[in-house]
Amino acid sequence: MASLGIDVLFKGTNFLRLLQGLWVSIEISLIAVVLSIVLGLLVGMLMTVENKLLKVILKIYLETVRIMPQMVLLFIVYFGTTRVFGWDMSAESSAIFVFTFWGTAEMGDLVRGSIKSIPNIQFESAFALGMDKIQTYLYIILPQTVRRLIPLSINLITRMIKTTSLVMMIGIVEVLKVAQQIIEANRKVSPNAAFGVFAVVFLLYFLVCWPISRLSVYLEKRWA
Amino acid sequence: MSELLKVTHLHKEFGANVVLKDINLSVKKGEVVVIIGPSGCGKSTFLRCLNGLEDIQGGVITVDGLPVEAGKRDITKLRQKIGMVFQSYELFPHKTVLENCILAPTKVQKRTREDAIKEALELLDKVGLVDKKDYYPRQLSGGQKQRVAIVRALLMHPEVILFDEVTAALDPEMVHEVLETMIALAKAGSTMLIVTHEMDFAKAIADRIIFLDKGDIVEETTEVKDFFAEPKTDRAKKFLKTFTYD
Repeated sequence: MASLGIDVLFKGTNFLRLLQGLWVSIEISLIAVVLSIVLGLLVGMLMTVENKLLKVILKIYLETVRIMPQMVLLFIVYFGTTRVFGWDMSAESSAIFVFTFWGTAEMGDLVRGSIKSIPNIQFESAFALGMDKIQTYLYIILPQTVRRLIPLSINLITRMIKTTSLVMMIGIVEVLKVAQQIIEANRKVSPNAAFGVFAVVFLLYFLVCWPISRLSVYLEKRWA
Repeated sequence: MSELLKVTHLHKEFGANVVLKDINLSVKKGEVVVIIGPSGCGKSTFLRCLNGLEDIQGGVITVDGLPVEAGKRDITKLRQKIGMVFQSYELFPHKTVLENCILAPTKVQKRTREDAIKEALELLDKVGLVDKKDYYPRQLSGGQKQRVAIVRALLMHPEVILFDEVTAALDPEMVHEVLETMIALAKAGSTMLIVTHEMDFAKAIADRIIFLDKGDIVEETTEVKDFFAEPKTDRAKKFLKTFTYD
């Protein structure tokens, strides 16, 4: 059988570099996910407000994010804004901005759905106890929303992590880019490296996303 | 005795659909008023108007002399004087029995946690549920949930409590335990407005019966036994007949 080409990872600091690249991916997605959850809760609550103008604006926002490929968004923000607006954003900030912009819209929509799925009489039950709107949201509606949100948002979070592979297009050296570099550098001595190295990258993504999806199963059971 | 709750010329409509027309009612402290009537007659809507869960299109509702106006800022103050128990219990599913009980007293009335817990445990003990204090609502039977809901309402020290068909969703053998709890409350002097389909219970607990039909008070009497034996109006007669089989 032909060599799988995994051996190149054990040369020099190759594997360590791959892990460093993975950390870049995780860092970007982690910051974007946390920001998206916080802002998404806010946007989701705004989406349930009965106000025509607000509804239209948020609808346009959501549809823009849904229709536009994340890569185009990355290009606009990283390459486009520098000249037009004179913003000097680093590649990392651009990536975090784009991923948060995307995550907030989708998370907002999930939050909206979860709030809507809570029966109206839960609000009334809280009002009947003398709670005001803020107390009702804080103690009654949001805690229940978050519980319903977990399984839905896990899907979004893992998608965001996987999509960070796009950020190498704006020059960020993340796990996939490192993998490419390693393969390129060893093209002569280890021509099969593409299989082995990418397979390891695949495994690394799995190792990151799998615990998250296990966590959601656990939380779902605990809060059922 | 002083007048606690006063309703004058209450008018309520949903669009073109008039649900309550010109309702007048005055409830004294300690009185137990039972509202009966066919489904869709406006009984539940009437209760919901009383604590501002529904806005009204005409008339005045006052509790302790203060007007009830849905959507106003101080409605939350008024609602603390008016407890409400719903047909579907509406406990907060993410909180334990004890947390359900003490949430509003500590957050709304800013009582200390210790104080609220102490009273909650006393009241839970009275309804025989103190051993369930750390259970979640999903672990309780319907009758147990409803008794917790009553305790939760009582902890706010309301001046009047509204009961909206609180046994309608319960299995027959659980109806009794909830009604017993309510009779004990009535004996202790609570002011209560009760919407129910349990006629024997109504007979046992009511100081006054109000028969509502098509958004109108058709018959109102403090002669409770006479009402059930021989109602004065034909509509009440017809309604009461639907509960007997011969």
